[in-house]
Amino acid sequence: MSDAPILRVEGLSRYFPVRNAFGLKSGTLRALDSVSFEVQPGETLGIVGESGCGKSTLGKTLAGIHRPSGGEIVFEGEPIGALSPKERRAVAPRLQYCHQDPGNSLDPRWSIRRSLEEPLIVHTDLAAADRDARLRSILKQVGLPETHLDLYPHELSGGQQRRVGLARILTLHPRFVILDEPTSGLDVSVQATVLKLFRELQQAFSLTYLFISHDLSVVRMMCDRVAVMYLGRIVEIAPTEELFRAPRHPYTKSLLAAIPEIGGRRVTDTFALEGEPPDPARLPAGCRFRPRCAFAIPACAETDPALRGAAHAAACLRAEELVS
Amino acid sequence: MRAPDDSLLKVDGLRVSFATERGTAKVLDGVNLSIRPGEIMGLVGESGCGKTTLARSILGILPSNARHEAGTIRFRNDDLLALPRSKVDRDIRGRLITFIPQDPFGSFNPLFPVGKQIMEVMKWKSPRREPGAWGGIGGFFAPYPRHRRRADREAALEMLRTVQIPQAEDAFDKLPHQFSGGQRQRLMIALALMPQPDLVIADEPTTALDVTIQAQILKLLKQLAKERGISVLFTTHDMGTAYEICDRVTVMYAGQEVETAPVDDFFRRPSHPYTVRLLESLPHPGRELREIGGEIPALVSPPSGCRFHPRCAYATSACSAQRPDISDVGAEHQVRCYHPATGALVA
Repeated sequence: MSDAPILRVEGLSRYFPVRNAFGLKSGTLRALDSVSFEVQPGETLGIVGESGCGKSTLGKTLAGIHRPSGGEIVFEGEPIGALSPKERRAVAPRLQYCHQDPGNSLDPRWSIRRSLEEPLIVHTDLAAADRDARLRSILKQVGLPETHLDLYPHELSGGQQRRVGLARILTLHPRFVILDEPTSGLDVSVQATVLKLFRELQQAFSLTYLFISHDLSVVRMMCDRVAVMYLGRIVEIAPTEELFRAPRHPYTKSLLAAIPEIGGRRVTDTFALEGEPPDPARLPAGCRFRPRCAFAIPACAETDPALRGAAHAAACLRAEELVS
Repeated sequence: MRAPDDSLLKVDGLRVSFATERGTAKVLDGVNLSIRPGEIMGLVGESGCGKTTLARSILGILPSNARHEAGTIRFRNDDLLALPRSKVDRDIRGRLITFIPQDPFGSFNPLFPVGKQIMEVMKWKSPRREPGAWGGIGGFFAPYPRHRRRADREAALEMLRTVQIPQAEDAFDKLPHQFSGGQRQRLMIALALMPQPDLVIADEPTTALDVTIQAQILKLLKQLAKERGISVLFTTHDMGTAYEICDRVTVMYAGQEVETAPVDDFFRRPSHPYTVRLLESLPHPGRELREIGGEIPALVSPPSGCRFHPRCAYATSACSAQRPDISDVGAEHQVRCYHPATGALVA
């Protein structure tokens, strides 16, 4: 890792107040708790974890939809965590967020042309003719015919809506794109098409992706490095193949053991992890995974382990012993 | 073909269409399916292929714009479509054939404790209820004798313990939102098994769950079905899930069933071109992604013959003229294609 990272996140936190029936604050939900990592230019970093682990909060905090409760985000050498929403506008064209369901994030009463043009009107000074030229070229690159400009969202299929959602982001020529669950709700054959498109666009626009997903097989296919989150923390981060080959954190191990593997062993015969993640507003003391962990020792209840290791880091006291 | 008598449920040439604004959508086009006692049958396909419509046809809960055009659904010795509606309502649906929905939250009434809702089901569908017992005027005066209520409650608690709901007695008094998604799906499984059915129809029961919870639920469902000898019709769009839980798999495409095979044979030697392409489009390390060109056809004006032919690389004029008959390509491995693939897929 010789280049300067395009994005550096240091101790990023985002807390949400938990309110009781009278609207008074009765606790804190730590959706993101001191998360640190770096992303290199041109890389795809995968963020995986189960629902409620904070992966979407991470994406939204990076995109400026949530303001961080603590920590810093450095994007292209510039600290952006504490910027006001108005100042963030200057960063927005370079750092874009792709919504989970583009069908719902398109205005049903706007034609595709109007939806695609809006970011250009907001963020650039281009003349109408230049805007039109850019729309047409982007549309071509995401594989949609120009005639689709005059259609409305309901006239497109799910896969096509996703292409429009992507085109809308790419019109601004961003450097960094946060993809939040980009394939959830798609059929496998459509998913294959969309994933291929992501790759082609990454080449064409030299994009850096933050790829948030709960689908580990898709992440394995798409990402250079993967970070595993559990209850607001990164518990393990490593190059993709190494993570899948030799996971160190017990949670990563169970997560990998839960993926059905066609033609291989059956998870229903072997899967052992019991219980469900605890309420993030009432975290257990010490390591957060301890109550469900088969390898927990008394020391796990006392210390909250930090990430240890260089390229392959895990937040587990027994990480070295447990390497298989 | 096997002797017709060894199946619990047999769907034969079922045609169902829906009246829509754009015309008549031919959603099921001569579908055949059979489920044997104690077998977990997977019904896989992409969205819009008709798997939910097929499941709903068997349950007899199609929406009012649906029309049954041809075919039979034989369950044990009765044709479900020919039986009087009241008989199906009272003694079959919810009693001998039960249902596990995709979204367990939407299926509980949020205002009542789950125990009350469980007992409501047991009042009508308990195995201890006499078949054909008088239901009163609209069910309003229906008796629920105390001895049966007590026995039903015991059985319900026992079932909650079986599906590993902690503190079953307390759980009876909790409201649905006090359970997590995985626990609600456990409650749904319990509810589906309480009437001691012969067949459970599970419509994408793990789609809304995380992978670790999905693995737990699949394990539980498989174990309970096998222990009790209950047949399951398991619809899913996820091939991995189908591999995990099913004994046999049927693939549907645009309202037609295209291939049926035992699960291992299905994944090792897929035979229909659609099945082959579908399996190839799964993300797999060390293999390039391959998409299926084209799009799923609109069911208002479906292609003639085999509905996959416009997207199929092997299609000939015969494919568009007439839908292929069922042919055997292996032990219990049937395919409806004029040009079945024979090469093995590297899974």
